[in-house]
Amino acid sequence: MAYDKFTILKSSAVPMPIENVDTDQIIPARFLKATERKGFGDNLFRDWRYNADGTPKEDFILNNPIYSGKILVGGKNFGSGSSREHAAWAIYDYGFRCVVSSFFADIFKNNSLNIGILPVQVSPEFLDKIFLAIEADPKAELEVNLPEQTITIVPTGEQESFAINGYKKHNMTNGFDDIDYLRSLKEDIAVFEAARPY
Amino acid sequence: MSNPTTLFDKVWDAHVVRKIEDGPDVLFIDRHFIHEVTSPVAFLGLESRGIGVLYPERTFATADHNTPTINQHLPVADPLSANQLAALEKNSAKYNISHWGLGHQKNGIVHVVGPENGITLPGMTIVCGDSHTSTHGAFGAIAFGIGTSEVEMVLASQCIMQPKPKKMRISVNGTLQKGVVAKDVVLYIISQISASGATGYFIEFAGDVFRNLSMEGRMTVCNMSIEMGARGGMVAPDEKTLAYIEGREQAPKGDAWDKAVAYWQTLKTDDGAVFDLEYVYDAANIEPQITYGTNPGLGTGITNHIPTASQVLDGAASYAKSLSYMGFAENDSIIGKPIDYVFLGSCTNGRIEDFRAFASIVKGRKKADNVTAWLVPGSHIVEAQIKEEGILDILTDAGFQLRQPGCSACLAMNDDKIPAGKYAVSTSNRNFEGRQGPGARTLLASPLVAAAAAVTGVVTDPRELIAE
Repeated sequence: MAYDKFTILKSSAVPMPIENVDTDQIIPARFLKATERKGFGDNLFRDWRYNADGTPKEDFILNNPIYSGKILVGGKNFGSGSSREHAAWAIYDYGFRCVVSSFFADIFKNNSLNIGILPVQVSPEFLDKIFLAIEADPKAELEVNLPEQTITIVPTGEQESFAINGYKKHNMTNGFDDIDYLRSLKEDIAVFEAARPY
Repeated sequence: MSNPTTLFDKVWDAHVVRKIEDGPDVLFIDRHFIHEVTSPVAFLGLESRGIGVLYPERTFATADHNTPTINQHLPVADPLSANQLAALEKNSAKYNISHWGLGHQKNGIVHVVGPENGITLPGMTIVCGDSHTSTHGAFGAIAFGIGTSEVEMVLASQCIMQPKPKKMRISVNGTLQKGVVAKDVVLYIISQISASGATGYFIEFAGDVFRNLSMEGRMTVCNMSIEMGARGGMVAPDEKTLAYIEGREQAPKGDAWDKAVAYWQTLKTDDGAVFDLEYVYDAANIEPQITYGTNPGLGTGITNHIPTASQVLDGAASYAKSLSYMGFAENDSIIGKPIDYVFLGSCTNGRIEDFRAFASIVKGRKKADNVTAWLVPGSHIVEAQIKEEGILDILTDAGFQLRQPGCSACLAMNDDKIPAGKYAVSTSNRNFEGRQGPGARTLLASPLVAAAAAVTGVVTDPRELIAE
């Protein structure tokens, strides 16, 4: 499914300086029962965001109106655990288009790229600088430039490069997904399939 | 003579349909498992593209994640769960995919039924929209979990786009102590390298300990590869692998078997092959393990006290949050902690060997009054074996009941939820906040540790209960 093109994103960011944010926190399993990709943003970080009676937990960052934006900044090992793509859907549906961390779990990173969320891996030092900048000014903006593969802390001008493979970069900047490409290989795949022993 | 090659490279390279410059490999997938939770949106995607399933005979559907574990003969009460199960049935029928739904005699947890029916074979690539697909690596397959977009890719093209991971070898040498089983070995490794220590890698498990483990034990270890961040883990096939597979329903037969065996015998890492990272451990250092925090890396030997922040790899703030959630403090003894629930089951420890181990401890004892125990076989085949071997009688005499197969309290999508604030010793794979129910507190351990807790009502060293 084609998704929004991603080139340059300039936005304030929501800081979440917690390590090992697993996909069970991003979207608990009991909210995986839909058969359509709709409405997952309402349950993003459900049990950190809401009390059992449904009232918001005031100390949770998403409930603090000072912080907003299209970029989520997480601690190291973001997205660990379950392969549920619902975690990426929830982040997207809530309105984020980019997640920044010093380290991503593999499956979460693939899932994000596959639906048009850009995972930006920065050094632990740069991650600290981002958290400091947002602490100094909650409206501090980050600029993520995919064609140039850079992330800039706008108020300080500090910048770092990030890695992404050329194929995925091309897909993201054009809003393409993998399936059209794979279907174009059908004949090669048929030859390969016929040669498999089982 | 070509360069020495790893097992992983041999299997991966045999499946590359095309290499994309500065991009992922197009990898052919031999076997694709689907279940009710992560497949419906993939099928919707196919429909909106107006395309079908390219090779439906290579995909296998089973319902497991949100199925009830009692009264499976009745309609599923939760309308959302029922809707997902119906969608799996409908999509499987529409696209000619083999479907073992609720009530089918082969139904069970996807990572239990694949191997026990001979669908999982050495040298294969296997994917499923479930991170514990790594389980199948026990057979010398490259098996890993994928997201729903990738499920759609595999349905549409039988291929997936994957960058090739780096290679890690973890060797555990020597002989395991009494009371130490596969689960302890893998929890020990995760505690040593952390919950993210293998991210970006595919692991080969090597050394005496894995050679001596049963296939069930190897599945337990490979299952938890993802809990150290790895894409997957694998063990080279050997005589035990062949003995497990031979005669299973979908395993090759006759000439096809002989040909397959000849190929499988080449599936091992050559001497001198190079890994990007290697770890070597001594089996003598491993005692029964238990976790005390909210990621699988926060585990230790059962006789140890809870470490201080400076002794763990997690940051101090995250560690404090974790212990606070668990209601534990640094330096607490873990032995003697009162518990409320015991969960035996899951794709990690829901196989026959796990029930034998549990029964070996509870035999002749009684379930502690303060403990609620959920014993959930991984499949109907495991359930039948429990009955045939007389294990059910042992469990019943000790005051336990057996439930029906499914993922159950491992992820608590069905009604099997541990209540808020309660402690559960669980043989499953994740102790994340709320994993087993909102507010639930999970201590991961082996079936032996779970059994010892179930009969004493507190965390207990199972070695004290093992008959000499």
